[in-house]
Amino acid sequence: MENPNEKRRQELEKYFDKKGPFVFLRVAQMKRAWQQKNRRELTWWESTYIPTVVSGIWLTSKHFFRNLTLHILHTVGLFKDIPASATYQYPEQPRPLAKRLRTRHRLMKREDGTPRCVACMMCETVCPARCIEITATEHPDPNVEKQPAEFILDLGKCVYCGFCVEVCPEDAIRMDTGKLDTSEYSRESMIYDKKRLMEE
Amino acid sequence: MSDILIKFLLASGTLFIMFNIAGLLTWVERKQSALMQDRIGANRASIFGFKAMGLFHAIADVLKMLSKEEFVPAGANKFLFNLAPYLSVTFALVGFAAIPIGNQLIMGARVIELQAANLNIALIYIFAMMSMGVYGVVLAGFSSNSNYAFLGGMRGAAQMIAYEITMGAAIMGVIMVFNTLDLQQLVRAQGEYLLGGWLPKWGIFVQPLAFILFLTAATAETKRTPFDLPEGESEIIGYFVEYSGMKFGMFFLADLVETVLVAALMTTLFLGGWQVLYLHPDGFHFPWGAIMTLPHLAVVGLGVLAFFLKVSFFIWFLMAVRWTLPRFRYDQLMNLGWKILLPVSLINIAVTAIIIILLR
Ligand code: SF4
Ligand code: SF4
Repeated sequence: MENPNEKRRQELEKYFDKKGPFVFLRVAQMKRAWQQKNRRELTWWESTYIPTVVSGIWLTSKHFFRNLTLHILHTVGLFKDIPASATYQYPEQPRPLAKRLRTRHRLMKREDGTPRCVACMMCETVCPARCIEITATEHPDPNVEKQPAEFILDLGKCVYCGFCVEVCPEDAIRMDTGKLDTSEYSRESMIYDKKRLMEE
Repeated sequence: MSDILIKFLLASGTLFIMFNIAGLLTWVERKQSALMQDRIGANRASIFGFKAMGLFHAIADVLKMLSKEEFVPAGANKFLFNLAPYLSVTFALVGFAAIPIGNQLIMGARVIELQAANLNIALIYIFAMMSMGVYGVVLAGFSSNSNYAFLGGMRGAAQMIAYEITMGAAIMGVIMVFNTLDLQQLVRAQGEYLLGGWLPKWGIFVQPLAFILFLTAATAETKRTPFDLPEGESEIIGYFVEYSGMKFGMFFLADLVETVLVAALMTTLFLGGWQVLYLHPDGFHFPWGAIMTLPHLAVVGLGVLAFFLKVSFFIWFLMAVRWTLPRFRYDQLMNLGWKILLPVSLINIAVTAIIIILLR
């Protein structure tokens, strides 16, 4: 699978590419660096503010007309691959996430649908926020010995450190759902139980 | 009787158009700043799923402001506090009365000047009204019983007086060249051509320095960045810091109306008002000899269209300036006003006078 971040990085690189359409940004950067090194009094012409005002308005107008043209072209369905803005329209268009980003937890399942967790209490012990609460019970299979009767994870307290995932001997808990918007109307509904954690 | 009716229609029409342009400017400002900064801008407000490119945000804003609590701080002078926003808006709006939006319209025996108030001292009238606008600012700052508001009011007063003088001195050159204070006459005088009929005798070509001076001073007059020291959101919030609801909205509206007024004034004084290039009362007379006759109504319509296009250009320009340049420091502002712009405008008057006498 292609990494969405890589794509974003390439886009940004295009932004600062020497041959790209934003080369003037680069030039302005270099000019500023040069000016920083060679500071001097303003000349008469510069102290009228006119050259800087004109160059500033020139810069912003370039962006204005470029984006305006692109927006108009987009509405008629042309050049959709050139973005007209640098922003994401968040709920409709989520930001690309890194593959290893720690997002909301999930509990893994065995083939028969029971949780993979053996209720060893490692994650509960290591959790710095003390937000995991496990009630253990016996597993019907004597080879497995234990399973969680209830697995409560308070996402309102969790600091997303990922220690629980690191410490788990059974690879039973993972933080790879890609969900970041754990917003709820009350603190109680931020507390996830076993059923909700196993949903996906 | 019908004279009064026509005047009434003209006045209400002008007011209606200008009000709507000012209201639309909240949208223009958001969208233009967004495009300039590679963003998209407000686009969420919708009516039955129609978003209309965020146009409804202007309506949503007004509804929000109307339904908010009208807060009057303790210790404020209630009468002056309530009066200030009305003064601001009123003086910004009445200025439009003297702006000519088109040439005279001839209907049968009746000649209608497309200008709400046909004053022969229109320019002085507009300047008087614009300088009255400072009372809104000062009263708001003075009556809210808040140090920040007071600071904003004082800054506003000092700034507007300083730049008012430059503005007045800058248009002296234009008045001298065109020899009139009547804006309709002034626009008509800009219909002449120089350089063998190629260059229109617009204010910007005969008084380029005055144009730059006027542009700067007028931007300061609208109290918007880079001259937004009376407001200065990031430092003192400004003279309207204690206002809430629609009264705050009125200050906001006054700013936008002033932007439109200044754009219209600049169009009238320097860009030939309703003059279209090479358009004479009976049609186009191109300098290379071609003639294209047009009916009277089309000529007048083109003029009105040209006027509004020029105004839109200036509004666009003022917005671009507002979203590009950073704010001045207060001492820089005063230095620029008193030590640079005022002397330069006086020199401009002297040079113009000498040239006019030499040409005579
Ligand atoms: S991510 Fe960290 S804080 Fe959250 S449950 Fe796991 S160990 Fe606890
Ligand atoms: S560390 Fe893993 S196996 Fe142990 S209780 Fe936590 S989730 Fe279950």
